[in-house]
Amino acid sequence: MVLIRAENLTKKYDDYVAVDSINFEVFKGECCGFLGPNGAGKTTTIRMIHCFLPVASGKLTVAGLSVSEKPREIKKMIGVAPQEENLDPDFTVLTNLIVYARYFDIPKATAIKRSEEMLKFFQLEEKRNVIIDQLSTGMKRRLILARALINEPQILLLDEPTTGLDPQARHMIWDKIRDLKKQGVTIILTTHYMDEAAELCDRTLIMDHGKIIEQGAPADLVKKHIGDEVLEVDYNDQTMKTLQEKFPEARLEVLSDRIRVFTMQPHGVFERFLRKFPTSGATIRNANLEDVFLKLTGRMLRE
Amino acid sequence: MKPKRVTSSFKLPRLTYRVWKVWMRDFDVFKKTWKVNFFPPLLEPIFYLVALGFGLGQFVQKIEGLSYIQFIAPALVAISIMYSSFFECTYGSFVRMYYQKTFDAIISTPINIEEVIAGEMLWGATRSLVSSSIVLCVVAAFGLITSPLFLLIPLVAFFCGLMFSAIAMCFTSLAPSIDFFNYPGFLFITPMFLLSGTFFPLTQLPPFMQIFANAVLPLTHTVTLTRALLLGNLETQLLISLAWIAIVTPVFFILSINLMKRKLIK
Repeated sequence: MVLIRAENLTKKYDDYVAVDSINFEVFKGECCGFLGPNGAGKTTTIRMIHCFLPVASGKLTVAGLSVSEKPREIKKMIGVAPQEENLDPDFTVLTNLIVYARYFDIPKATAIKRSEEMLKFFQLEEKRNVIIDQLSTGMKRRLILARALINEPQILLLDEPTTGLDPQARHMIWDKIRDLKKQGVTIILTTHYMDEAAELCDRTLIMDHGKIIEQGAPADLVKKHIGDEVLEVDYNDQTMKTLQEKFPEARLEVLSDRIRVFTMQPHGVFERFLRKFPTSGATIRNANLEDVFLKLTGRMLRE
Repeated sequence: MKPKRVTSSFKLPRLTYRVWKVWMRDFDVFKKTWKVNFFPPLLEPIFYLVALGFGLGQFVQKIEGLSYIQFIAPALVAISIMYSSFFECTYGSFVRMYYQKTFDAIISTPINIEEVIAGEMLWGATRSLVSSSIVLCVVAAFGLITSPLFLLIPLVAFFCGLMFSAIAMCFTSLAPSIDFFNYPGFLFITPMFLLSGTFFPLTQLPPFMQIFANAVLPLTHTVTLTRALLLGNLETQLLISLAWIAIVTPVFFILSINLMKRKLIK
């Protein structure tokens, strides 16, 4: 069942087009990842979904409701964890949740009960009476997630939920996201971490320059664009020549004295090659989503 | 400005009961820090009454049959109405909007931006009510209230506070950074503080400045009201002031909401 549908969705500013006539669907119960370099239009798209930014042209519906006509109804069913920390610094951890619940017209008793549950779920119980300033980055991120869930949303929008976190905190947040998915929450996530997207997302949409340039399940995208394996070896002219002869169809990428070989040939081809031509610094690794991302969006810095 | 831009600046905002959710948020913060909030309006009028009323007042002849301390007491009430709402909706709102991103967080809920701004202004008006009521208590303790009409002052404080909040919010919508508020501070608030019939009668000013003070300085009309109610002399001037406030307040209230919306929703 389609929960969110965008048709020719566009967001223009005076001097540039942030989102350029994109079409996509998000299905109920899935975890859908928006990937893309900085400035690709991911956050702008997310913000239009939760009616934060007005749509310039095109159509965007959430549960069949148009974002420009029914913003309140839509915001009621969405939980948002923004990229930028915007917890209320004038309140403690617990009060942040209770005050936020009030914005949704949740009765006080329910708000307190739910806040307590959230603090437990995100292991923040001991911090209940602490002021926001005194929390670590990881705790703030968890509290933002807790706050996003206070209205028991059907849809959860997570804009870079683990940026700047240590591996422990990241894994904890991943666990919670998986739990929520199991509970049937539809999740939209943006991230710069390809391992995160591969780990959590059923489907990813890759954006660049305001357009969606590719979409599909992470594993399918890897298979389609990179294949099974990638060979990396130290660079020298002789090796380069041999590789070009043996893998005429392959894409060879030279980066800081290493050659990366991308071929669509099946599993095992590099192992056979290395047996015949032992090459210095050779490693064979599995192809991954990061290879896909870099292939499609290039290596040029964006900002 | 294009005509379309002008009409869109005066579009009626879509407001619901949710305005009060924003108000309650600010009230909750206020309750937490009530000690800091109570002392300035309690101490400041005491300093003014002692220094200007008892000190300077010894050298001042009677004004319209009033001693100097009687003359300035209502002005102190009016000044506290102006200060508390004006600063709440400039510095206070700007910090919440720009540094704390509180508005962003709130508009991710069913509350819209118009309601956030309206809630902020109602809160500014409430601050005026609270502060001026404390000043009123001080004035009463000095025995300077001569009419039971003073009981209407909290009501006046709320509506005049709303007027100052709305004007302040217009400045906030124009402010590129927090330093900007120095301009309305010393070009608008300070001259008003001194030239609105606060510490000497308006009639002492040259005629063109009297006209100016009556036409554009909101504090002039606020002082007229507090002075009349505190001392119990009701004159026709009172109706002019009431009408002035009744026109200016909704105009700036609506304008500020539209300007803020234009600033925040791109």
